[in-house]
Amino acid sequence: MRPTGAVPILTLGDVVLVSIQVELHDELVLRLQQDLAQQVADTGARGVVIDVSAIDIVDSFLAKVLHDISATAAMLASTAIVVGIRPAVAITLVELGLPLRGVRTAPSVNAAFAMLGVRAASERPHVPPGSPVSPDGRLPSGDRGREDDPRAHDHLPREPRVREMW
Amino acid sequence: MAMTFDQNANDDVADFLLEHEERITEDWLRVGFFAQHGSQDVEQARADCRAVLAAIADAARSGRAHDPAAPGFLQVRALLGDLVAMRTRHGESPSQTALELSRLKQPVLDLWTRHRGNEANHVAHTVLLSTALDTLRLAVVETALSAGADIIAYQQQQLMELSTPVIKLWDNVLAVPLIGTLDSARSQVAMESLLQAIVDHQAAVAILDITGVPTIDTMVAQHLLKTAMAARLMGAECVISGIRPQIAQTMVQLGIELGEVNTRGTLADALAYALRRIGLSVNRAETA
Amino acid sequence: MEARVVTIATELDIVRVRQAVRDVAVRGRFSLVEQTKLVTAASELARNALVHGGGGEVTVQVEPVGTGTRVRLVFVDHGPGIADLDQALTDGFTTGSGLGLGLGGARRLVDEFHIESAPGRGTTVTISSTSGGAVR
Repeated sequence: MRPTGAVPILTLGDVVLVSIQVELHDELVLRLQQDLAQQVADTGARGVVIDVSAIDIVDSFLAKVLHDISATAAMLASTAIVVGIRPAVAITLVELGLPLRGVRTAPSVNAAFAMLGVRAASERPHVPPGSPVSPDGRLPSGDRGREDDPRAHDHLPREPRVREMW
Repeated sequence: MAMTFDQNANDDVADFLLEHEERITEDWLRVGFFAQHGSQDVEQARADCRAVLAAIADAARSGRAHDPAAPGFLQVRALLGDLVAMRTRHGESPSQTALELSRLKQPVLDLWTRHRGNEANHVAHTVLLSTALDTLRLAVVETALSAGADIIAYQQQQLMELSTPVIKLWDNVLAVPLIGTLDSARSQVAMESLLQAIVDHQAAVAILDITGVPTIDTMVAQHLLKTAMAARLMGAECVISGIRPQIAQTMVQLGIELGEVNTRGTLADALAYALRRIGLSVNRAETA
Repeated sequence: MEARVVTIATELDIVRVRQAVRDVAVRGRFSLVEQTKLVTAASELARNALVHGGGGEVTVQVEPVGTGTRVRLVFVDHGPGIADLDQALTDGFTTGSGLGLGLGGARRLVDEFHIESAPGRGTTVTISSTSGGAVR
C-alpha cells in the first residue's frame, strides 16, 4: 500500500484496487491517475479496480479522468473496472451526456474480480454479465490470463445514440 | 369596509352562545353537519358541537367574527380537520359540506330572536351572529378543500409507486413490467426504482418489459434508453422486452432508434437471455 | 429569500461550492437525483469560472416556491468572456483540457439556465432548479 494523498492504492495479487472514500479535489484526482498508472506499470497488474461507491458526485472532470485511467490501463495491457457507481450519479452522468463509453463497470468489487478471472477471497462468486463462465454455471478453474474470453467483453458499452455526443 | 362591531355586541353574542350551548347543541344534532355523525358516536358529536361553539364565542369576543384566520376558527379547523378529511375520503364534496354547515345557522338565529328579539340593537347582533356562522362555514370548507388536495397528491404518489413494481425473477435478475401509458414522471420513477433495485439486489441483468404499454413517444423512448445506459454504468445490463410490432413501427417512423440496447420479443425470451447471461441454463427435468 | 456567496479562487473552492449547494439542496428537500444533478451542474460551472474566468464567485439563493424550494445559483467571473455563446454551449467544444461538456452539460441538469457574456466583460451564468420536480 502506498499513500497518494488521501487515496490509498492496494495491490491484491495481480489486481490493483483503489477505493475512493474522500471528497476529491482536482489535484488529488490527477495524482491518483498518475499513481495508478505507475503502480500498474510497476507490478504488471492485469486489472485495476476503482471503487467509487462512496462518491456522491461525478462531474465531467472526474468522468474524463476515469475514462483516461481506463485508456491508460488498456495501453499498459491491463483492464480497468469502475465499481459501485450510485444510481443518482449514473442518471446524472447519462443526462450530462457522459455514459462513460469504453469504461468497464461492475456492481461490486467481487463482481469486478470475477470479471478479471480472480476469485475474491470472502464471498461466493458473483457472476457478472459476460464473465467467463462454463456451461454448468461455475467459474472456470485456472488462470484466465490476459487473453480473456471474448465473451467477457460482450457487455462493453452498448450505448444507443440519443444525442450527438452519445 | 371591514366589519366592526362594538365590544358590547361582541361580548353579548359570545355570552349568548355559551349560555345556550346545550340548546344549540341539541338543535345542531338534529340538522345539518353534526347530524350526519356517521360512524362517530353521538357523545363525540355533542362534544364537537360544544367545542365549536366555544371557539366561535372566542372569535366573536376578540372582535374577529369575520376572520377565518382568527384563533377560534383555527381551533375549529384543528378540531374538525379529521372529521372533514374522512368525509372527503368518503366522497363528500366541499359544496355538500358547505350546505350541511349552512343549516347550522337558522336554529341559532331563531333562538336569538326568541330570547333577545325585542332588544334595541337586535339587528346588529343578528348580523354579527350570522357573520360568525358564515365564517365557520368558510373555515371548514377551506379545510375540506385542502384535505381534498392532500388526498389527490397522496393518491398520485401511491399510483406512481404501485404502477412501477420491481420484481426479482432470479438471483441477480430483476424485471419491471410497465403497464399503461407512460408519461415523463412515471418513466422517471420507474427508472429510479429500477436503478435502486439493481443496487439492493446486486442485479446483473434488469429487464424492462413494455408489453402493457400502448404507445411510446420520443421522450419516453429516451427515458428507456437513459435507464439502459445508467444501468450499464452501475455494472448491470438492461434488456427491453415486449416491444409490440405497432410500437416498433411507430418508433421507427418517429426516428427513435434503440441503438445497441438489447431487446427481446417477450419477457420469456428476455428471462432466458438473462439466465444465460448469469451462466444458467434451463433443462427439461428427467422423468423417473 | 436567503443568499450566500462562495468565492471561487482555487480548486479547493470547487469542493466548497459543491458542499454549499448540496447543503441547500438537502435543506430544500430535493430528491437524491435532483440534488446530484444540481451539485454536478454547480461543479461544472465553478470549474468553468476558475479555469476560463480566472476565478470569481457564486451566489447561492434559496426561496420557497409553492410546496417546494427553488435554489438559484449565479456564477460570476471577470475573465476574458465568451465571444461565441452558441459555440461554447455545443457539446464537445472546449478551450481547456476537459471533455467540453461544462456549459452544455450543466444546462441539461437544471430547470433554468441563462448565460450572459461578451469579450472583455466576464461571464455570468445563472441556473435554478426547484425541488419536487418528480411528482407535479
